[in-house]
Amino acid sequence: MSSMTDQEKQLVEWLADMREEEALPLANRMLLEEHADPMRVLELCRNAMDIVGKRFQAGEYFLPELVLAGEMLEKIGAIAKPLIKQAPGAAPAKLGRVLIGTVHGDLHDIGKNIVTFMLDINGFEVRDIGIDVPVQTFIDEVTSFKPAVLGLSGFLTLAFDSMKETIEAIEAAGLRKDLKIMIGGGQIDDAVRTYTGADAFGTTAITAVSLCKNWLGVAA
Amino acid sequence: MNTPAAERARADHDARWRRILDSVALRTPDRMPVVLYATFWLARYGGISCRQLMYDYEKCAELSERAVLEFEPDAYTPMLFASACGQALETIGFKQLQWPGHGVGDNQPYQYLDREYMKAEEYDEFIFDPTGFYLRTYLPRVASAFEGFEDLPYFPGLHYMRLVAGIRPFAKPKVRGALEKVIKAAEEIGRFGKHNAIFNERMAGFGYPLTNGITSVSPYDFIADYFRGARGMMTDLFRHKDKLLAALEKSAIFLLRQTVAQAQASGNPIVFIPIHWAPDNFMSDQQFRTFWWPSFRKMMLGMIDAGLIPMPLWEADCTKRLEIIRDVPAGKCIYWFERTDMVKAFEVLGDVVALRGNLSASLMTTGKPADIDAEVRRLVEQVFHKGGKLILDAAFGIPDETPVENVRAMFAAARKYAG
Repeated sequence: MSSMTDQEKQLVEWLADMREEEALPLANRMLLEEHADPMRVLELCRNAMDIVGKRFQAGEYFLPELVLAGEMLEKIGAIAKPLIKQAPGAAPAKLGRVLIGTVHGDLHDIGKNIVTFMLDINGFEVRDIGIDVPVQTFIDEVTSFKPAVLGLSGFLTLAFDSMKETIEAIEAAGLRKDLKIMIGGGQIDDAVRTYTGADAFGTTAITAVSLCKNWLGVAA
Repeated sequence: MNTPAAERARADHDARWRRILDSVALRTPDRMPVVLYATFWLARYGGISCRQLMYDYEKCAELSERAVLEFEPDAYTPMLFASACGQALETIGFKQLQWPGHGVGDNQPYQYLDREYMKAEEYDEFIFDPTGFYLRTYLPRVASAFEGFEDLPYFPGLHYMRLVAGIRPFAKPKVRGALEKVIKAAEEIGRFGKHNAIFNERMAGFGYPLTNGITSVSPYDFIADYFRGARGMMTDLFRHKDKLLAALEKSAIFLLRQTVAQAQASGNPIVFIPIHWAPDNFMSDQQFRTFWWPSFRKMMLGMIDAGLIPMPLWEADCTKRLEIIRDVPAGKCIYWFERTDMVKAFEVLGDVVALRGNLSASLMTTGKPADIDAEVRRLVEQVFHKGGKLILDAAFGIPDETPVENVRAMFAAARKYAG
């Protein structure tokens, strides 16, 4: 990122430090009163989110900080995006595509959402297809989105069978060849990975990021 | 009746219960207790659907009895109460759960709906008058039988002739309709409770005690799960921390009163407390020490003062919390761990609490009986035989999909290595 003014540094710092009461009024003032370039403000937000992600990976931040950071980003985005007048330039290149969803029968999404957030701020193009996702929807989405990595999430023990079934169906559809599959959730371990036929498993968002980076040959 | 069989059953019951109480008191029991916790696994065991299990008291009782008599646990959880509650949920119009045939498939377990059931701006009202908030706002939100309670009078302040005039809302059709529904639901739940009591008496007659009479909740989980929802609670740590702390402080008082009253009425001192929000990944050490632990510790101390035995189930991995949660009087609690390494838990907590658990869900569902045997042996050798007061169980009871031979292997191995 190009060099920052003191005001810009202040915004990044307040966002990264979870000082919402100060960060949001500053962002609003920059956008609505000082007519700062909305693309620039969004870039500052992304910069702050990078810091948040690093602090999460370092064990300094936990789920509450990620959730609050996500909400701050949403609020600023809601003000900034309608102000973008010029045609958007070329979107920054993404590291690779990841498709993610909670398998059928399971409605849990906290872990999945955190993985989505962390992959996104680490530069991946993530498509999150929600909870209780039927096998056929995974097949359709893999076909159309062509992800490099598929993440299957689940919290309940019934998800073991749903994951196995989903992976078998993807194989039967001939879609497994160039696709890495990771599974994650509160009950997941290596025994479940073996049972489902996934390539890898994780119980934290940090593992998901490093798996994707390894598979796509990105320096961690 | 004092038949020889009844006397033997009573002696068996007392011996099993003593095994649990000895473990709690950090005395070495005559053998390692092993307990049975099952909910929807009973459906698999009996070859019926989860939905049938939820709606058929007799069938659920029959399968629970069959399981208790087959595995001969040292104690069993209130299986009927956890499983056969479909009719009760339906009559009260419970909105916070989806259950088999009611939002999820006939063969899926029930799932809690994580939502915001109390808005952030309602903290003040909750803290000032929790009962009023419950009656007019919370109850209609979470159970349709209470819809109409919104029109109940505002009770504090009613006095003298204002009191006489103030009760008029009770005659409103909406309120009257709600009261009728609640009474009907209470009657159904009374029938359910009676089935439960009959079952427990029958099991006691066979010589099997209950692990716990009631369940309770930590103040933080109470507000997070049942009021603010996950997202709301996590942002409250920053946006509304003073109000959250005040709500936790207040909740600890009324939750303790309710827990003590209910546990004493049940006649069983052990209180099962599933813990959702303590895991290592869910908050920082500082947040845990500030928001999660103090109100729960206060509640546990109150329960211990009242002669109760708190049995929190520390879900997921709580390794980083072990040193903090050590701060309770020795010989008064059972700590049940789900994914925390039991050997590590024993090293940190073995001189303070009894331990329960923790054959993993993946082992139980995907392992072979020999794998189960090996894991029980490991826990016995590394915890029980080293002086740990281990009550053997799966990590969160028997997972719904567990093959029955794996459950047999768990009980057989417990007897083989520690019994």
